[in-house]
Amino acid sequence: MGDEKKNDLKKVKELIELMLENDLVEVEIANGESKIHLKRPGHSQPQMPAVAPISVIAPAVPMPAVPAASAVHTQQPAQVKTEDNLVNITSPIVGTFYTAPSPDSEPYVKVGDHVTPDTVVCVVEAMKVMNEIKAETTGTIEKIMISNGQAVEFGQVLFKIKPD
Amino acid sequence: MFSRILIANRGEIALRIIRACRELGIETVVVYSEADRGSYYLELADEAICIGPASPAQSYLNIPAIISAAEVADVEAIHPGYGFLAENAHFAEICRDCGITFIGPRPESMKMLGDKVAARKLAQEAHVPVVPGSEDQLKDENEAIKLANKIGYPVIVKAAAGGGGRGMRVAHNDITLRNAMATAKAEAEAAFKDGTIYLEKYIIEPRHVEVQVMADKAGNTLHFFERDCSIQRRHQKLIEESPCPVLDEHTREELCKAAIKLIKEAKYESAATVEFLLDKNKKFYFIEVNTRIQVEHPVTEMVTGRDLIKMQLQVAGGQNINLKQRDIVHTGVAIECRINAEDPARNFAPCPGKIEKFILPGGMGVRVDTHIFQGATVTPYYDSMIAKLIVHRPTRDEAITTMRRALREFKIEPLKTTISVCERILSHSLYLQNKVDTSFIEQHIV
Repeated sequence: MGDEKKNDLKKVKELIELMLENDLVEVEIANGESKIHLKRPGHSQPQMPAVAPISVIAPAVPMPAVPAASAVHTQQPAQVKTEDNLVNITSPIVGTFYTAPSPDSEPYVKVGDHVTPDTVVCVVEAMKVMNEIKAETTGTIEKIMISNGQAVEFGQVLFKIKPD
Repeated sequence: MFSRILIANRGEIALRIIRACRELGIETVVVYSEADRGSYYLELADEAICIGPASPAQSYLNIPAIISAAEVADVEAIHPGYGFLAENAHFAEICRDCGITFIGPRPESMKMLGDKVAARKLAQEAHVPVVPGSEDQLKDENEAIKLANKIGYPVIVKAAAGGGGRGMRVAHNDITLRNAMATAKAEAEAAFKDGTIYLEKYIIEPRHVEVQVMADKAGNTLHFFERDCSIQRRHQKLIEESPCPVLDEHTREELCKAAIKLIKEAKYESAATVEFLLDKNKKFYFIEVNTRIQVEHPVTEMVTGRDLIKMQLQVAGGQNINLKQRDIVHTGVAIECRINAEDPARNFAPCPGKIEKFILPGGMGVRVDTHIFQGATVTPYYDSMIAKLIVHRPTRDEAITTMRRALREFKIEPLKTTISVCERILSHSLYLQNKVDTSFIEQHIV
């Protein structure tokens, strides 16, 4: 087996160990052109542990100014179950929160809407890039915590979801 | 003058910048990671924005997050502090492209002086004495061996992109030189993604003497005298003082003039520190430039009475330094002790944890720069320095007496700190007699 392939396999093995240690269900790591996506079988609902961000292979050289991707791959928004048994969707980045894709469009979601993990619930704009934020959970929108055009910081609660 | 700036740093330097801004009427926005949530200094800023989790790569080194925060907070400038992105020319360029003023030198100056090989060349062109060594980067072993024999062993192999004492190897003969080159190159490749190496004569038991320089946009370049930072452990400074206790006036003048010449050559603006080695014969040799404000800047502030952070803000805001060199004078002696959360008994292993008891020293001539407070938690993610204790008195003896008193009063429990090591150094006969050099700690303390 070539050295590069050996390294890749080593990385995958390490990732699997990390997943098991932290009881993670799904991991996706993107580093430039390459991407690794691992999913553990037997779990229908992603159950994220409270605030356990996966350490990304962060480049030693700072990242380029304008990422081309419109979806955020580098981090999974932490989902914490609050006391009232709701799940918080928090912002994975600093930026400006928008409820709709454009000023004239309908908002992505309203209170009472049902969402699935891939439902785009809002956009957080950072450095002219519109990052689509996905629900990452299945449930109903209970409360929208931020108003349209408001600045949000990393970890700020955007929505409260009542899980199914 | 700016109305609002963002501070892309943390801890004591973030607090230092907040204080200068407060006095200048500049609003401050400070970024922080989840690990720094709850720190008292965040409350002293006008706004605090969480930009990421604890890891530096995802927070204080996270350029998109910092720029995004700067945009949502609508700031005019960013002060990078020291460390993190302070000497990152790419970050400075991005700030410029985004219409945000980077409080520091232009990216071009940073690149010119940040590359150690290029800086050496510039020094030679400016007729500033450099450590004898390679004209350019080393191309192969044979060239290195020829040169080493010419300038005389021992020699040191250094990384052009290096810093923090990494990517450096000493060699005493041809055989160890081959090994040194291979190791230094590999280390540099791993740490800085650049294996370019060069060679210098290894100066035995030198003093480390650096000159503080400040330049404005109009090219007015001034020095604020020198600092002696010979008390180091593994190339990390522990105690600094000003003035250098063994310099005569003539050498001091030559040293400071040389520093200014070099900075002017790079068409620099903002703060810079030019580092030299002083050998046993009081000959000085340029080694590198730090294109940022430094940790030990308070030492210079105390002996000159000048606020260097305010000056940086004013220069970046377009104000020219309204001073002539003769207006800058130094009085008395200032000493700084770095208080790190490290256990000297366990080879200075970092000691993170919660601080249950925190009592600051005080009294005449005592200054403490710290972000720590009683109940604060020192986390393992960042530098272990938690406070800077600075004293300023009319004479060196008085400064030492006051520093020893202040160290004794300073209570940080239950963590282990470098307070005890500093007390030992300040009682050591060699330190008192000014007979120290950069090998002092290794040889006499640990």
